[in-house]
Amino acid sequence: MKVHLVVNERPIEVDVEERTLLSDLIRDHLGLTGTHRGCDTAQCGACTVHLDGAAIKSCNVLAVQVDGSTVTTIEGIAPLEGPLHPMQEAFRECHGLQCGFCTPGMVMSAIDFTRRCPNPTDQQIRDGLEGNLCRCTGYENIVKAVSMAALKMRS
Amino acid sequence: MAESTSASQNGIGQSVRRVEDKRFLTGRGQYVDDIRLPDMAHGVVLMSSYAHARIVSIDASRALEVPGVLCVLTGQDAVADGLGGMPPLFMPEDMGGPKGYRTYRPVLAVDKVRCVGDRVAFIVAETALIARDAADLIEVEYDSLDSVTALDDAVRPGAPLLWDEAAGNRCCEVAYGNAAATDAAFENAAHTVSLRLESNRLCANSLEPRGAIGQYNRSDETYTLHTSSQNPHGARTMLCAYVFRIPETQMRVISPDVGGGFGMKADAYPDDGLVLWAARRLGRPVKWIPTRGESLAGDNHGRDQVVHAEMALDVAGKILAIRAKSMHAFGAYVVSAAVAPLNFAVRFIPSVYDVPSFFATSAGIFTNTSPTGPYRGAGRPEAAYVVERLLDEAAARLGMAATEIRRLNLIRPDQLPYSTHTGFVYDSGNFPKLLTECLDLSDDIGFSDRRALSQRKGLLRGRGIGFFIEQGSIFNDQMTIRFDPSGGLTILAGTHSHGQGHATVFAQLVSEWLGVPFESIRHVQGDTDKVAFGRGTYAARSSMLGGCALRLASDQIIEKAKSAAAKLMGVPVQDVRFDAGQYVLAGSDRRVSMVEAARASFIKAGPLAQLGVGLEATGAWNTDPPNFPNGCHICEVEIDPETGVVRVDRYNAVDDIGRALNPMICEGQLHGGITQGIGQALFEQVIYDRESGQLMTGSFMDYGMPRADDVPMFNLRFSQTPCTTNPLGVKAVGEAGTIGAPPAVMNAVLDALRPRGVTHLDMPATPLRVWQALQDASSTSTTARSRSTP
Repeated sequence: MKVHLVVNERPIEVDVEERTLLSDLIRDHLGLTGTHRGCDTAQCGACTVHLDGAAIKSCNVLAVQVDGSTVTTIEGIAPLEGPLHPMQEAFRECHGLQCGFCTPGMVMSAIDFTRRCPNPTDQQIRDGLEGNLCRCTGYENIVKAVSMAALKMRS
Repeated sequence: MAESTSASQNGIGQSVRRVEDKRFLTGRGQYVDDIRLPDMAHGVVLMSSYAHARIVSIDASRALEVPGVLCVLTGQDAVADGLGGMPPLFMPEDMGGPKGYRTYRPVLAVDKVRCVGDRVAFIVAETALIARDAADLIEVEYDSLDSVTALDDAVRPGAPLLWDEAAGNRCCEVAYGNAAATDAAFENAAHTVSLRLESNRLCANSLEPRGAIGQYNRSDETYTLHTSSQNPHGARTMLCAYVFRIPETQMRVISPDVGGGFGMKADAYPDDGLVLWAARRLGRPVKWIPTRGESLAGDNHGRDQVVHAEMALDVAGKILAIRAKSMHAFGAYVVSAAVAPLNFAVRFIPSVYDVPSFFATSAGIFTNTSPTGPYRGAGRPEAAYVVERLLDEAAARLGMAATEIRRLNLIRPDQLPYSTHTGFVYDSGNFPKLLTECLDLSDDIGFSDRRALSQRKGLLRGRGIGFFIEQGSIFNDQMTIRFDPSGGLTILAGTHSHGQGHATVFAQLVSEWLGVPFESIRHVQGDTDKVAFGRGTYAARSSMLGGCALRLASDQIIEKAKSAAAKLMGVPVQDVRFDAGQYVLAGSDRRVSMVEAARASFIKAGPLAQLGVGLEATGAWNTDPPNFPNGCHICEVEIDPETGVVRVDRYNAVDDIGRALNPMICEGQLHGGITQGIGQALFEQVIYDRESGQLMTGSFMDYGMPRADDVPMFNLRFSQTPCTTNPLGVKAVGEAGTIGAPPAVMNAVLDALRPRGVTHLDMPATPLRVWQALQDASSTSTTARSRSTP
């Protein structure tokens, strides 16, 4: 089936099997490998992207379901040669990543979360990122990073 | 000047932000699954759905009819093609211990499967989806056998045997200490306590699943393997020596960005052999990426220990002896460094305490489960848990405070260097100071108020201590420093970073030692064609081995480039010395930078050319002696007795990690380790059904991974007592949290529950277990009360 999407501001048309997941379309058909697959059950959040502006787990959506939508992946949140997004910058500053595998999904979730909750407490951040697993950082520096980025994004 | 400024900002001991972060943050990391090779096919492993069965027949005819299917490989094919099985890296007998039974794990099971997840067939197709569809069509006829997945069942007389050659399902056993002296100490003790403890079976669950791509180049008969491994050279050795039986010159192994390992990715797996073998047979690259369910079933697990431990004490609470009988489940095969946790789990039981007599045995037992291997801590968490639980049990018996019994028994600084009965010599540390500092950090004084406040809310608050000491580093390793004609410096690392930030930390070291700009240093690892040799990263080995090897390589570089610097200045070499990144002529302001000397080493003609070409040096370091990181962790939990939910309210730790090379990264290692340790204590467990041997925790819906809202902010302090046995003064940091946290959390849970009559719990302390223990204790006390009523 043909699916039409705008991905990272670029219109695309892809021919996919009906059972193709959005995550597979992004990775295997578009080669945007920053979106990761870490589980099969929508538990880990490594595949989080923005669908029409809201964070979703792209392994939990069929590509054909989102025909006509706008998708932003980790590759699309900051210009190629330009500065990092404030959330990315804060993750680096606060050492909010180690192996880097959960990081794109975590950043995409965190950006959406801070839009919905621009002045979060640490506990709100923890609750807000409960759907993204990280095995390396123990979450502490991620919480600090989101807090720092939220402050920067408010000002 | 700019160079020395750079060194001071990015030098040793600074929290330098990581150079590897940008590619990960922008989605441009390259993990195995991100690699797409031309003409690549996709493989799926058909895993056994039986815990223990004979394979009667495998019919792949319907699978082969599916359009797009390229081949189906079975164990019989592997035998026909002459593929060998994988032995463990070492057995006790290889280190002078008693002989055990060594298994050779085939890439595909031949006539018998021994666990759910055993590899039965490998299906290769044009796409992964086609291969999965086809795998469902393979008909395997099994003759089911009785299985044993729990340790106690496996050693019961008459239990089904996994290996006919291993009576009683015993693979091997080690013993440490003096049995007679220990027995005598127990006979004369004023008090003895004993516990049966379980260290729950865990899965490392790196967020990146293990994956692999095999390639075969027919023109020069070489294999190339991309694999998500912590140790590419080690994987090459295993695959070449045992599976393919070829010289290592015929194989290149590349471990690109690796999304976490935690010991689980330290060695080659059958799947690595499968992609290479299939690639050779098909003449096409073959990629294998498992689902999370396949990772949970097929990755090597960690822990799974049952130990009977006893402590003998004098009337005042001083330890007289410790005795332990431990069993570790090895699973269906003895693989990887499974023997390492077997040893460390008993060797570190004496921990930071002065234990006059000690004896322990540790047996490796076959069970119908996925094999176990080293998982972050590898035996040290088990050991620390045993002694810390025993101490709290003894303190409760003797009416002592948990702090008091520890103060009485800690090894004093004046006793260092201290030799244990298990072969360690602790060189440095100050354990009583750690306890004092951690109590202070934890607001010891406010605890009783916090407990009262919790009580008013109907909650139970408890506090637990988890002390530990461990061995940092294992084996030897090497690091190379190589300059290029532009004066740029590349570190070729024998170690392997998969989250630890080596590219940053090693550059900090070399930048400071050689005066080379931090930003100009490149870090190369994880490719057997680029790095001459290495053993990878596990066992918290890289700070000491990598750091000290780089120190030696740097010293050689300074010496080698001195002649070029002298020639550049036109002075005799003996008049030149190296100081703060510059060669200087004594008594003058003439100087030549390391970068200038390096460039000069590439001059192609004239006097300088006579010195040779290029500038490169390799340093090696050995883990003899290792370093001994240690720490005191104090945890406070709050438990809701109505639901059994345990909340970690406060977590404090003072860790002696020697000299911290990059404190930011060290803290990050503690955060992650503590969270995994809290995971073991409260959430995580791989569960096999005891009757059927089926894996019950086959997804993240079932296996309790710690989430952001499960852990608090950590209150950490480093006590940097330099290690005296390596020139950097470093002690390891990677495993500290996973070792300290389980006893700290469990002792806190029991401290909260003891007033309600609960004296024992095994990990993980899930809400159900805690609630059930409270119910049982309350019904026991009700029965006791009703009995005493006339």
